[in-house]
Formats: sequence, C-alpha cells, structure tokens
Amino acid sequence: MSGDWKLWSVQVAAILRMELRKTLFLRRGWWVYLLFAGPPLLTFAHSLFLMSRGRWGCTIGEDSMVYAGIFQFFYLRLAIFFGCLGIFSNLFRGEVLEKTLHLYLLAPVRREVLLAGKYLAGLIAALVVFGGSAVLAYIGIFLHFGPQFQDFLWRGPGLEHLGWYAVVMALASVGYGAVFLAAGMVFRNPLLPAAVVMVWEAINGYLPAMLQKVSVIFYLKSLAPVEVPLRGPLALIAVVADPVPAWLAIPGLLVVSLLVLIYAASKARELEVSYGE
Amino acid sequence: MKIVFDGVSRFYGEVLGVNRVSLTIPPGITSLVGPNGSGKSTLMNLMTGLIRPTHGEVKVLDIPPNDSERLFREVGYCTQFDAFPRGMTGYQFLEGYLRLHGLAAEVCRKLAVQALERVGMTEAGNRQIAAYSKGMRQRIKLAHAIAHKPRVLVLDEPLNGLDPMARAETIALFRDWAQEGRHVIVSSHILHEVDRISDQVVLLSHGYVVAEGQIQGVRSEVTDQPIQILVRCDRPHLLASRIFSEDHVVEARIHDDGKGLLLRTRDADSLYLLLNRVVMETGLEVESVAPADEDVDSVYQYLIGGEGGAS
Repeated sequence: MSGDWKLWSVQVAAILRMELRKTLFLRRGWWVYLLFAGPPLLTFAHSLFLMSRGRWGCTIGEDSMVYAGIFQFFYLRLAIFFGCLGIFSNLFRGEVLEKTLHLYLLAPVRREVLLAGKYLAGLIAALVVFGGSAVLAYIGIFLHFGPQFQDFLWRGPGLEHLGWYAVVMALASVGYGAVFLAAGMVFRNPLLPAAVVMVWEAINGYLPAMLQKVSVIFYLKSLAPVEVPLRGPLALIAVVADPVPAWLAIPGLLVVSLLVLIYAASKARELEVSYGE
Repeated sequence: MKIVFDGVSRFYGEVLGVNRVSLTIPPGITSLVGPNGSGKSTLMNLMTGLIRPTHGEVKVLDIPPNDSERLFREVGYCTQFDAFPRGMTGYQFLEGYLRLHGLAAEVCRKLAVQALERVGMTEAGNRQIAAYSKGMRQRIKLAHAIAHKPRVLVLDEPLNGLDPMARAETIALFRDWAQEGRHVIVSSHILHEVDRISDQVVLLSHGYVVAEGQIQGVRSEVTDQPIQILVRCDRPHLLASRIFSEDHVVEARIHDDGKGLLLRTRDADSLYLLLNRVVMETGLEVESVAPADEDVDSVYQYLIGGEGGAS
C-alpha cells in the first residue's frame, strides 16, 4: 500500500470512529430507530400470538409473500428511503447546521477522504439499523412455524431469500445513501429533492418501461427474491417492464452510486464554511 | 517562510468581505484590528481555506490553503465558532481530531494530554464539553488549535470569555510560541492587550487594510495627527512655559498629579532637542520621556476613529 493510501485509510478509520459515535445511538435519531423497530415488533407479536393459540392456517409460502410485501412496500419504498434521507443528508448538512463542519475542514484531510469516511460511516449505520430490522422481522414472521421454519431456512430457499433481501437492502443503502449525501451537499434543504425522488420512485411502476429504468427502485425490485404482484385498480394502469438481471442490476447500481459520489466529492472540494455569519 | 496575501479580494455576493489585500506576515505575533465587519475573520478564513478568494492568491508558508493535507500539518486555527460535536469530553474531542492527522493512537493520546495541560484543562478533560463554561470552551478550542504543534497559529478572538488569570496564561502561551519563531495571528477587540502582545499589527476598515507593520512605524506614518509625548518631571509648569513658544507644539497639558506634562507636537525631533536645552539651562529633573500614543488604541482611533467598537 503506498504512503498516501495508507494515510487515507487511517484517516477514513478515524472519521468512521468519530462519525459512528455521532451517528449511531443518539437521541436525535430516535425516529429512525422507531421506524425500523416497527416490523420486528409486529412480526414477533404475530408469531407469539399464533404460538399462544396453536398453529394457524397460513403457510410458509403465504408468509413469504407477506414478508416480500413488507420488504418492498415498507422497507424499500418507505423506511430505507427516509432512513437514508435522515442519515446521509445530515452527514454534511447536519454539521453545517450545528456549526461543527469546520472542525473536519481544519484537519489535514483531503475533502474526498472526508466524504468517503462519512459515507462509509453512514453506510455502516444504515446497514446495522436497516439490516438488523429486516433480519429480525424475517425471523419474527416465520418463528411460529418452529421446525418447519428451520427446514425452510437451512434446507429450503429461506436462507437464499434472506441473502437476497440483505443484498437489496445493502444496494438500496448504497444508492439512496449516495443520492442523499450529494443532496445534502448541494441543497440547503434536502427535503425538497428528496420529495421529488420519492414521487419519481413511487410512480415508477406506472411509467413507460424505458423511464422505469431511470430509478433505484426498479433495479432493487428486479433483485428481490419474491415478486409481489400488484392487485386492485392500480394494477390495471401498471406497466410491467422486463426485470434487469442481477449481473447488470448490481454493477449498474454500484456504478451509478459511484458517479453520484464523485459528483459529491467535487462539491466537497468547493465547500466553504461561513455558517452564514 | 511567510504568510502572503497577493491582491486578495473576497465578495459575499455583492457584499465586500475584503478588497485588494496585499500583505506579508512574518513570524511573531501579528494582530488584526478593526471594527465589526472590517474583514478580520474573512482574512483568517481565507488563510485557512475555509473560504476562497474571489480574486488574488493566498499562500501560507508557500502552501496554498486549498491543499488541506499539507496546510493543516502547519496551521492551527481557533475559530470564533463556539460549537462542538455532541456527546464528547474535551479529551475525546482533541484525541479524535488528532487521529485525522494519521498519527498513531499513542501519539494522539500524548498530544491530547499535553494540549490539555498547556491550556490548564487537565482536570476538566474527562468532562463533557456540553458542561463547560464559556471560558473552558474557549480554552478547549485553543487546545484543539495547538495540539498538533503547528508553525502557524490563527486565533479569532482567543481571549473572549477568559478570566484575567486565563488571559495572562494565554498571552504567555502566545509569546512562547512567537519566540520559537512561529506565526501567531490574533484578532482581538481588547486593544490594550493587543498592544501588549503584538510584534506587528494590521488595521482593517471596511474590508481594506488601512495600515500594517510595527505599531511605532504605523504611528509615525499618521502625520496628520500630532504626536503625544508624556514628560514626567519635577517642574512641568516651567517646561510648559518654555515649550509653548515653539510653533510645532500644539498642546501642553499638565498632568493631574502635577508631576508630568502631556505634549502634542508636529515635530518630535525638535521637541526632544528643545527638551535637552531646557534641562541644560534650568536643571529640570526629568524622570521619564515616553510617547503617549504609540499604541494600537491611539493608532486605531486616528485611522479608523468612530466607526464603532473594534472587534
């Protein structure tokens, strides 16, 4: 490892240490923890309720579909989106509001290294909180099946499904994280661009197939192990686009995220601090 | 190795921060003095890269401020911003930011402890910064600026909030650092303290450098204001009567204690010659002769006057 890379890795580790201390387990992030505590609490309550009353008439297949629905409509479209907004847009903007960003800018650290350290810290925080919640909710929803769940997990497709959900969650954090980090650097109020992105992602299924591909959710849906069919009147106007294969969706999302991060790094180099004083 | 501003201007939209500043700051203690909005903090932020010039170029020890990786090994900046990361003790704050220098953990711990000792915060180091008083926060900011032993120390109002004892200790620290050949650049609104500690001053007004250099030199350039000289002697009345016959003397005022004469003259050299003559002729006993307005306060009043308080 060359001297520069060694220094930068030490500096990234130092930034991670500081950021995780600030990002994780702070009272300020209570709403994120509450948001992600919901599904595990509900699914565990569901299993405990069923176990207390004896076996219920649902099957693992049905509960798989229920979890897929929770994952796609709660985690992907709501919780990870807002969770990433809360975590990543505050990495720089939050420090500007608290007037502490200059402390980083007065250290012998390249702005790109600072951005990388902050992004990684956000990513770790997101993966711990979001991933922990999704895994617990997954266990919670199937817990009442007892040994049948163990068979599904270890000898059936359960573990593979869980693995793909983890990959989708990680990619969602990588993608939305990059977008909201950049938004936090460019916009004074990142909620406005976030609202635009949210609307775009929400109407994604009703756009022409070509436009659907210009979104994060399209690639993430393609990777989800269990497809959730749309029902009701909205299903009539939905446009079904061909899913993107994993070999294209994963590197595609990573490349787009990298490009967004490179743009954010260029904005970081231009960053000035006066806090409006 | 100097700090050089070469034709530097900085505008905030249409608002002027500083305009056409060309300055060379040598090692030693340099004070930036001027009223609110005169451009002191802007100059400090420019030399530390927190903001960039609209025109011109800044170099600190030949390093451009946008090269943060090199610059902040040599520069420590104690800003006016009174904010700290949440949930940290003073020690954690210093040690955490020292790690960004890429130093080994043990070295960071040692430097953090030394910095805490240097600002008299050893005992408070393990307390949460949120529980610190204004003076303690000011000292921990100072510790943060000096912890990595920079060659250039930039201090924006460093004496704010400090009690007299802490002020004296902090001024002693500045002197020690300057004597080691480092640059110490201070802005302060406490003019008599600036006067006591400065090797040179930079007077600013409305974003322009009004004067710069050693205070005596700056004063001598203010030719439209008569020079004030205080003569402590046994017979000030006698001296006053002799001196009033000279054209260049515009005012002579006997001190309240009757043991001194405050003179205002347009020609100090002639006044000193005359004083020698009076001593020879009358046997006047002179205790001391000293300029009364070769200080930052007076020069500030002459050059910047009633624009509001210095800051």
